[in-house]
This record gives sequence, C-alpha cells and structure tokens, in this order.
Amino acid sequence: MNNTNLITVIKDGRRQRRRRWIIVNALLVVIACILCVAMLMLGSTIYPVQDVIRSLMGESHNGVSFAVNTIRLPRMVAGLFAGLAFGIAGNTFQTMLRNPLANPDILGITAGSSVAALFCILILHTSNIAVSIASVVAGLITAVLIFIFSKGKTFSVGRLILVGIGMQAMLSALISYLLMVGAQEDIPTALRWLSGSLNGAQLPTLLPLIITVLLCAPIVIVLGKHLSILELGEQSATSLGLNTNMTRLLLILSSVFMIAIATSATGPIAFVAFLSGPIAKRLVGVGYSNVIPAGLVGVNLVLAADLIGQFAFEVRYPVGIITGLLGAPYLLYLLIRMNRKGSL
Amino acid sequence: MKLTHQFQTEEIVAGYDNKTILHGLNVDIPSNRINVIIGANACGKSTLLKTMARLIKPLSGKVILDGKSIDKIPPKQLARVLGILPQSPIVPEGISVTDLVGRGRYPHQSLFSGWTKKDYKAVAEAMEIMNITELANRNIDELSGGQRQRVWIAMALTQQTDILFLDEPTTFLDIAYQVEILDLLTDLNRKYGTTIVMVLHDINLSARYADHIFALRKGKLIAEGEPSKVITSKLVKEVFGLDCTVIADPISQSPLVIPKGRYHGHKDSNR
Repeated sequence: MNNTNLITVIKDGRRQRRRRWIIVNALLVVIACILCVAMLMLGSTIYPVQDVIRSLMGESHNGVSFAVNTIRLPRMVAGLFAGLAFGIAGNTFQTMLRNPLANPDILGITAGSSVAALFCILILHTSNIAVSIASVVAGLITAVLIFIFSKGKTFSVGRLILVGIGMQAMLSALISYLLMVGAQEDIPTALRWLSGSLNGAQLPTLLPLIITVLLCAPIVIVLGKHLSILELGEQSATSLGLNTNMTRLLLILSSVFMIAIATSATGPIAFVAFLSGPIAKRLVGVGYSNVIPAGLVGVNLVLAADLIGQFAFEVRYPVGIITGLLGAPYLLYLLIRMNRKGSL
Repeated sequence: MKLTHQFQTEEIVAGYDNKTILHGLNVDIPSNRINVIIGANACGKSTLLKTMARLIKPLSGKVILDGKSIDKIPPKQLARVLGILPQSPIVPEGISVTDLVGRGRYPHQSLFSGWTKKDYKAVAEAMEIMNITELANRNIDELSGGQRQRVWIAMALTQQTDILFLDEPTTFLDIAYQVEILDLLTDLNRKYGTTIVMVLHDINLSARYADHIFALRKGKLIAEGEPSKVITSKLVKEVFGLDCTVIADPISQSPLVIPKGRYHGHKDSNR
C-alpha cells in the first residue's frame, strides 16, 4: 500500500466513524425535541401543538397557559438540564477513571449532595439558593474525601470505587437519620425529592441549574479532546504534553458542580449518570468525543422516564423510580460482564 | 533528519515515597543514537528513564534539554521534542488503530482543530514504518500482543519527537517479535536520526542494537560507552552478579554474553 492510498484508507475510516457520530447525535437531538414537545402537550388534558406554541409565545389562553407555562414547561426544562448535567458529568468520571462503575452515583458524590440538600430542607428550612450552595459544597467535600481516602502508594480506581461504595453506605445512613428526625409534615416532600422527581419544578428555582449547565457543560465539551488523552493513562497523557492535574481538576470541578446543582434541583435521579455514558458509547463508538452524546442520552433518559412515570401506569411515579428500574439490571449485567473479563 | 539535542541529567536523585532509587546520577545522552540502559532488576533503570521523560519528578537535580531544565519548558512544546512509550500503556476499549495512533498528534494540534493534512501524513508514515498499514481500521482489541506493541510505537512516532524513550518495548513478546521491533526502531534511527533511549532486559540484544550503553547498579552509573568496550565479563559480574564468558556475536561481532551457570562447564562442574 503506498502512502496516498493509505491516507485515503485512513480518511475513509475516520469519515465513516465521524458520520456515525453525527447521525447518532442528530437522532438523539430529534428524539429529545419530540420528548420535549410531548412533555408540553401531555398531561391531564392533552393540548395540540398550536395551543402549546401560542401559550409559550405569551398569548393567554385560559387554562392552557397555566398548565403549559407554569407546570409543564418548568418540568420539561428541569428534565432537560438535569439530564444534560447527569449525563455529561457521569460520562466524565467514567472516562477519566476508565471504569463505568466509577460514576457519581456509585462513588457517593450524589449521596453527599443529597445529605446536604435534605439537611437544608428538613432541618434548616432554608431557601433554594442555600440548598444549591450546600449541595455543591457537600458534593465537592465528598469527592475530595473519596480521593483522599483512596490515596495509597499508587492511585487505584478499584480502591476509589470501594471507598466510594463505603462512603455511599455511610451517607445513606445519614439520609435515613435525617428522615427520622425531620418534621412529619416535611417527610413526603423529602421522600419524593429523594427518589428524584421533576414534580413541582418552577422556572425561578431552576435558574441555578440552568446557569450551571450553561457554564459547565461547554467547559467539559471543550475539554473533550483532553479527556480522550487522559483516557490513555497518566503516563501517556503526560508524554503527550497534557497538563494532567489541571485538566483533571477542571473536569472534576465542572462535573461535581453539575451533579450537585442538578441533585439539589430534582433530587438524585437514579442511574442517569451511570447509564448515559455507556449507552452513548455503544451508539457512537469509540474515537470521537463521547461528551455530547452522553449529555443527549441523559436528556432522553430523563424525559422518557418521566413521561413513562406520568402516563404508563395507574399511579404517577416520579422519574427516579423509572430510571432506577432501568439502571439496576444494567448494573448487574455490567458486574457480571466485568467479573467474567476479570476487570473488576 | 531529526535535530540534534543536548540532553543530560544533573545529579538526579529520584525515588518513591521514602525510598531513594537513584543516587545523584549524571547522564549525557548522545544525540541521534540508539542508547540502551541495562542493569539488574530494581537497579533504577526504569526510574531513570521515567525521570528523564518527566513522568517522575526528581527529588533533587535536573533533567536538562538544550540547556533548559525540562520542568521550565511548556508541556506541549516539550511533547514535540520528547516522547515516551510507557511499559504498560492503557488502551481504551474498542478504539480503532487509526484513532489510537492519531492521538499521538495531540501536541501538534490546537484545542479546536480537526485533523490536518500533516496529521494524516504523520499517521500514515508511522503506520508504514511500523508495518501496520493493513490494520488501519481494525479494532485494537482484536490484535495480537506483537501487533499491539507496534501500534503503540506508531502512536509514539506520530508525535514526531526528536527523542524517543521506550520502557522495555520488547517485554512479553517472543524472540521473533523482539528482533522485529528492535529492527524497526533501528530503521527509525538510521532513516530519521531519532535519538532512542530505551530500557532492555536482554543484554545480548542490547549489545547488538545499542550504539551506546549505560550500565546501572544500585542507582549509580558504573559504566557507559560502546557495547564492545563496555560489555565485558567483569562488568556483567559487577552489574548482574553473573559469571560469564563474553565472545563475539558471529552475526554482528558485538559482544555476546554466555552465562556459566553451575551445571554445564567442563572444569568447574561438580561431577
């Protein structure tokens, strides 16, 4: 094979993978749009698209405006941004640590944010902003603690995961404790929040989430190229001239911010951070950045699960119950597969 | 032709935790040559290589490239001069050979740029040198150990550095692949003048392929120079604690170490 031929072969291969990446992302965007529209149209009354658009444009239309603008739109926006946040942040951790188990759910970072948020809701009865701030601080502290506790002579992802699982168990105990001592009338709200719910979302209270995602998601997307170098391991990344500590710090900070704020807004929607990355990777393949597809998969998971939770059953279930049902079997499957390959 | 560089270490002390492994090492790497570091297990040869390749920060002392300490050179700029193939690199599951080899272009690319003509050319060239053109669009998971090793070296080559460090590039390969990899590295050195610095386990292959040998013992440099001058039975005894005879390799005339052992000699056997 001569040089020009080879270059053509290489280009063709890359073009094929690139095309797959673009098609998958386009499809994910289309599905997400459909789900968004469905979120606005569906409810106890189904409104046609024209009415939805009219009421979104600000035309008051008795009944429609209230249902769409005040109830369904915030719910959709909450799902959209929480999905992006969980999907992108989860994928970042999984890629950086090269292990699908190493995600904020299993490492206990989400649980850390939950404890702080619950403490604010149940005990302190603080404002939403305070809940957000407390969640971020607690999420960061949890992340730092996990890294400190798992620091041995050399860094090991396996140890990190085990420490994370232990941390999560401890934080779950704290959550139970908070539920025991919380005021009786606050418990239902707390429980609904804990299982992850888009119910009762309001646009003003979603503002921290929207701003955080708009700030942090682009950072992670831009760093996507660095992330794929980091994936090659510390030594290769250093050899390629990547400032590994700086990159890792930026990625972890952005991810924890997104996870914590999303958790404080919607509650820890189970397994979205865990599922999005691997599903996205299955869809787009390896080679191109997995950040955007993971975010889109996150959005689709949350919105679809919320629609299912709202309309598929006699009783309305919060979104986290549905994602939990989806995620648990996948976790088992993953454990079995990793065990067979000996990579656990 | 690759540029000539001055690359040396100045009183390097390095180690892990409380254990010092290198005790004040001064090494001057001859440019555009094949340099091999030899020594017994745990003598610090891998640590020396990693310190020179800035994977380990020395506890004291400096690694100097063209008169400048390497920790003062911006990482990306340094990565265009100096590359390393780690001993056990990590492979992202399911990645194609092209994409993996292409990641070596990272130090030449900006944050937003896609692949340029230069990138494609560099990847193609590296694949040709490493003889993996047929594997371009294959999945790395499907390859054999020898093929994988060639892919990894190709990735280091696309980085197009003047100096290339390799930490035991032939471990886990059978003898035919070992010779093939070393031949390919020699091609690289002869064709492009790439300075090669590597750690090798096999003293006879080292003697054959090296232009310059560094012999380490317990974190100290005890001999260096051309293999024919350096590798003597006295040195082998000193470095490895092995009694041996050194003869001329019938193919290359380089020194060939024949270990004595306890069982197979005429005079000294216990018969």
